[in-house]
Amino acid sequence: MTVNGLPLARPEGRPLDPPPELAEIRARAPISPMTYPDGHEGWLVTGYAQARAVLADNRFSARYELAHLPYGDFGRLPPAPAGDISAIDPPEHTRYRRLLAGAFTVRRMALLAERAEEITVGLLDAMAGQGPPADLVTALAQPLPGLMICELLGVPAAEREGFQRHAAAGILDADVTPEDAYRAWAALSEHIGALVPIKRAAPTEDLISDLTAGDLTDEEITGLGVFLLGAGLDTTGSVLARGVFALLTHPEQFALLRADPGLVEGAVEELLRYLSIGPCGLRTALEDVEVDGVLIRAGQTVTISQPAANRDPARFPDPDALDVRRDAAGHLTFTHGIHQCLGQHLARLELRVALRGLIARFPTLRLAVEPGDVPMRDEYANVYGLYRLPVAW
Amino acid sequence: MKVIVDEERCVGGGQCVAAAPDVFDQRDDDGVVVLLDPAPPHERAAAVREAAMLCPAAAIVVVDT
Ligand code: HEM
Ligand code: HEM
Ligand code: SF4
Repeated sequence: MTVNGLPLARPEGRPLDPPPELAEIRARAPISPMTYPDGHEGWLVTGYAQARAVLADNRFSARYELAHLPYGDFGRLPPAPAGDISAIDPPEHTRYRRLLAGAFTVRRMALLAERAEEITVGLLDAMAGQGPPADLVTALAQPLPGLMICELLGVPAAEREGFQRHAAAGILDADVTPEDAYRAWAALSEHIGALVPIKRAAPTEDLISDLTAGDLTDEEITGLGVFLLGAGLDTTGSVLARGVFALLTHPEQFALLRADPGLVEGAVEELLRYLSIGPCGLRTALEDVEVDGVLIRAGQTVTISQPAANRDPARFPDPDALDVRRDAAGHLTFTHGIHQCLGQHLARLELRVALRGLIARFPTLRLAVEPGDVPMRDEYANVYGLYRLPVAW
Repeated sequence: MKVIVDEERCVGGGQCVAAAPDVFDQRDDDGVVVLLDPAPPHERAAAVREAAMLCPAAAIVVVDT
């Protein structure tokens, strides 16, 4: 049976659950033919094993300009802007990835742990000082990832507040117009662009300085910096805000963490699995490829639904239950294959430190509004999120 | 068990280091995997298999001996 476009609507009253049609589609065929809104005949992958197989196979390209979009009527996409390494293929991808990967190793991220703790303590102090109630998004979910990226890139302390303001206006606020967002991003690129020659002249211990040591141009480094901001800010903030929302609407799970903070590491993996980060990933076949007995023809776009794959009962038993004690490793929220999230250890660090800090500081944390009154991003957003999370304690 | 890594395939995400830090490390400059122990002891089998399962680039091969 052919699917008609990617289902996006979430079940009534359950804003963290995937569209219910996806489970039916997966039960029928984990790789289903799908008619795209522009008429393209491509595929939709909803099974975990099948999603991993496609994502790990370099005969599929990640280039935006090859893909047909599975929802909306946005037409086709232009090629990746400079610095967006998630939508280029090897060998260009390999070159950039190797230049960046040294800055994101497990060891380098462990060195940032202390800063993450200090920043979190500062933010939680401020939250305690101004509440209850408080908005967890502006108090923690937005500033923590922003400050950590400033730390990583090497944005001077005096400029961080303005940097944060622009980043927030660019992506996280409910009432920003596309023009505001565009201006904020333009300001951020300009800001990073201005930083590059300064770091080239007087390198310090940070990623931008490191990148100036190689053969990249200032424009390339600026592009990578802007992409890292885009990749790391909104995503981590979204998982943190929706993760706390998930825990506060599953109080028995929150109580487990409070009783044993040692469960936080596993809880972060489970929240990543349970929440996913967006409706899909896209790949386009460069040649004919057979996956799990299905022949995908050269030129066909494959939409990979991570929300469906992360809730595949063949991989994760009782998949719709949030269970902080389960082993959720292997989820596809950071995707799989050569484009797997480079910032995943930084994201995990921030999420762990933030959850541990919240539990220790506010053991009686609760929602200050009805769950249905928490404003969620609309279903067309390609990164899930919520705008405000009023909490009390 | 015997472990083989493929530096060409590796994309430096460090899943292996997070899963089995006594068996895998990463180069400082480009994040590429460094195999610390090509013949890990039996007790480490589960962690090494987890690393191979998590590796996004299929760069880790485990051979039973
Ligand atoms: C919970 C937080 C995060 C989630 C859920 C997440 C998710 C993802 C996903 C799904 C991709 C793959 C995109 C694709 O294949 O089309 C990706 C790629 C990437 N992410 Fe993240 N990310 C997070 C945080 C971060 C952070 C904090 C950084 C860095 C500061 C970062 C940097 C990157 C980079 C550089 C890529 C491109 C990798 C490549 O194409 O080789 N991410 N991320
Ligand atoms: C406390 C610090 C800062 C605050 C409160 C702030 C606030 C603002 C506001 C409210 C706007 C107008 C946005 C709009 O037109 O919608 C703006 C524009 C802008 N900001 Fe900042 N900013 C700060 C720091 C910085 C820094 C450090 C830079 C870069 C080095 C910067 C670069 C820009 C640029 C280039 C624009 C113009 C965007 C346009 O063309 O409209 N700002 N800023
Ligand atoms: S998990 Fe795989 S790709 Fe990642 S660093 Fe280890 S060997 Fe390389």
